Amino acid sequence: MTDDLDDLKSLMNRATPRPDAARKRENIALAQKNFADLQGSRDGMRPTSDRPKTGFISGVRTMLNALTSRAGLTASTAIVAVGFIALLPQTQDLMPRSPSAPPPSVVLKQQPPTTSPAPALAQGAAPAPQMELQAQDYAVTAPAAATRMRVQGDAASGMVMPEPPILLPEANTESFANAEANPVKITAEDPVSTFSIDVDTASYAVIRNALTSGQMPPADAVRIEEMINYFPYDYAAPADGAAFRPTVTLNQTPWNPDTQLLQIGIEGAALEVENRPPLNLVFLIDTSGSMQNADKLPLLKQSFRLMLGQLRPEDQIAIVTYAGSAGQVLAPTPASDRSTILNALENLEAGGSTAGQAGLQQAYATAAKMAKDGEVSRVILATDGDFNVGLSNPEALKDYIADQRDTGTYLSVLGFGRGNLDDATMQALAQNGNGTAAYIDTLSEAQKVLVDQLSGALFPIADDVKIQVEFNPATVAEYRLIGYETRALRREDFNNDAVDAGDIGAGHQVTALYEVTPVGSPAILNDDLRYATEPARTESDELAFLRLRYKAPGASDSTLIETPIVQTNATDPTFAAAIAGFGQLLRDGSYTGDWSYADAIALATRTKGDDPFGYRTEAIQLMRLAQSLSVQ
Amino acid sequence: MQTDDNTLALAAAGGDAGAFATLIERQYDRLFRLCFRLTGSQAEAEDLCQDICAALPAKLGGFRAEASFTTWVYRICVNAAHDRRRRAATHARAAEGWGDWELNRRAADEQSEEALDWLTTAMRHLPADLRDTLALVLDDMTHAQTAEILGVSEGTISWRISQAKKNLASLHKEDTV
Repeated sequence: MTDDLDDLKSLMNRATPRPDAARKRENIALAQKNFADLQGSRDGMRPTSDRPKTGFISGVRTMLNALTSRAGLTASTAIVAVGFIALLPQTQDLMPRSPSAPPPSVVLKQQPPTTSPAPALAQGAAPAPQMELQAQDYAVTAPAAATRMRVQGDAASGMVMPEPPILLPEANTESFANAEANPVKITAEDPVSTFSIDVDTASYAVIRNALTSGQMPPADAVRIEEMINYFPYDYAAPADGAAFRPTVTLNQTPWNPDTQLLQIGIEGAALEVENRPPLNLVFLIDTSGSMQNADKLPLLKQSFRLMLGQLRPEDQIAIVTYAGSAGQVLAPTPASDRSTILNALENLEAGGSTAGQAGLQQAYATAAKMAKDGEVSRVILATDGDFNVGLSNPEALKDYIADQRDTGTYLSVLGFGRGNLDDATMQALAQNGNGTAAYIDTLSEAQKVLVDQLSGALFPIADDVKIQVEFNPATVAEYRLIGYETRALRREDFNNDAVDAGDIGAGHQVTALYEVTPVGSPAILNDDLRYATEPARTESDELAFLRLRYKAPGASDSTLIETPIVQTNATDPTFAAAIAGFGQLLRDGSYTGDWSYADAIALATRTKGDDPFGYRTEAIQLMRLAQSLSVQ
Repeated sequence: MQTDDNTLALAAAGGDAGAFATLIERQYDRLFRLCFRLTGSQAEAEDLCQDICAALPAKLGGFRAEASFTTWVYRICVNAAHDRRRRAATHARAAEGWGDWELNRRAADEQSEEALDWLTTAMRHLPADLRDTLALVLDDMTHAQTAEILGVSEGTISWRISQAKKNLASLHKEDTV
């Protein structure tokens, strides 16, 4: 190459724009979808839209696209019915394992540290930062939809090419909420770490679903804190009268001999079942066409039937559906009237598009009618995540939910099925609605969420739980919070009661892990600065100071719990460490060095303990699957 | 723990979704850069990337690691760009005289074209074969690699580069006079 070419090259480099992030994500998702679709049937394809090979599937799609008449409806229904029969036995296989159990599970809410909510704005200010996050999520999907339309437009204008273009099998529209992995922080520069708790477990179920279907989960679907919180741990129960109590232990880091894992566990007070307040539940069920699959509406019906057995006669149930238009299927009915409720459930059928907003409004209106003093009202939204009609203004929807949160109605979101699971929207809805999000992929997961942990999922014991850890630079050189990326809070928001955070339910457990590097350890990643002044060293040999804030349900002022964390000898790694390591391997493994799936399996097997419900055994199975898939 | 692209591509060809995800994630920006140089417009480049992403999984089955993955995937890029141009030409012919909507749309396209800086505009005025060659060479491909991607001899590449330079120089003169 010659000199003037080099000039040209630098000119060109300057002229080349960055790829549009939204399009990039969309295109990569399309590639992955096509990749997945292709497994099993491969034939060559030109990277163009003008010569489709009309195979069986696209032939059927073409036919269905062309048919809008009664004949088309009949045909599609028949095909769905066939698919149904074929899929149903699989659902049966997914049946339960064991009844009645203990806790870990669901709740959430947080905000990315963006705008600074004025403290004076009280409740109104809290949801604002979340709104922004959502706005971005929607901004991401909007141009993508526009592109699809444009491609279709080209096809439609088409004397030139009458066939439908092949490159748009319905793009996989899943989206996941996540953020960059937390970096290592230098204690001397940034000693305080603040985050909101998260008792959500949806991420683990999504990962399980991906692995058991033979695919590595997308890195963005991995939220490590939700994986850790999926499992029950042996924490001390809170003393009488206290809402919860932290348990802090220091363990050896499995993937790094020179660091330690600080494990902070919180267990919420269990609720005495006899004394629980009556429940008003409004099931808001998505019956749009996309809910047809066996792992969606049918599984949902089975799940709710399981849950019904846990309710008491004084509890009330109503069912609202949304698909095209919203409608009340079951007026508030006492839980004792099982046959009426079961009939209403049984008669639900999927069809039409999704009017999520109208459905939510009706569900909240119903819940408001049912509410009485001393009762707990909750809307349970069951969906595959498609909110495609009526969402003319997503922010208005979030505002609406945040308003309803202030009336005391909680919102739980249950996700079903894969393909267009909009994890990001689900998370945002549940977070804005003071609720929990769970992903139900099998009947045994429904058993865990809706039966075993029902009291945790339905009865909040503390709202807006925030954790702040201040590390002592004299003992800790560096630290890193594992997971909780989407739950980060700004330091000053810890004391600001207007800032929303995660809720904790009866019997819930929350676990947070910090990887801490002691002063003088060879594992320190950052060198000392040459010109910085020596940081103030304290005499204290405490490791860190733990502050915890929470509000009693419905209260507006928070309570503070403070405990120093003293240095102890690091004990053997725990099961939580094995799961944290597993999650990091699934995400990127940038901090785990040579530590491998095999090590995770060995550690998890060693620390499995009692495992009365088989959750941990299942996790080890997943690790083995991930190990095999990752070396393919 | 970087696995090299060829290994990833072979794993993906064998059905490893994880390998494919890593590969596409890693390559996307490079592909986009080349697509931009082949098309000269951001929107066109995004669309071209979409075509490539859609078809790459099926194409991967034919990857035999005879060439480096980059060379192989660049060839796909160039072919996809050809197909797209051909289609655009057919489409433009068919759309001629098609009513206000189409006219407006194309007017808007032309406006955004004007906004492009000189170099990309100039690139777009080069004949397709010169432009492809130049895009690849500017993307750090050697003449030999470029020849392999385009399926022509190395001498042809050298000749095309000198032609492209001449063309650009005369365009530049026109522009500045």
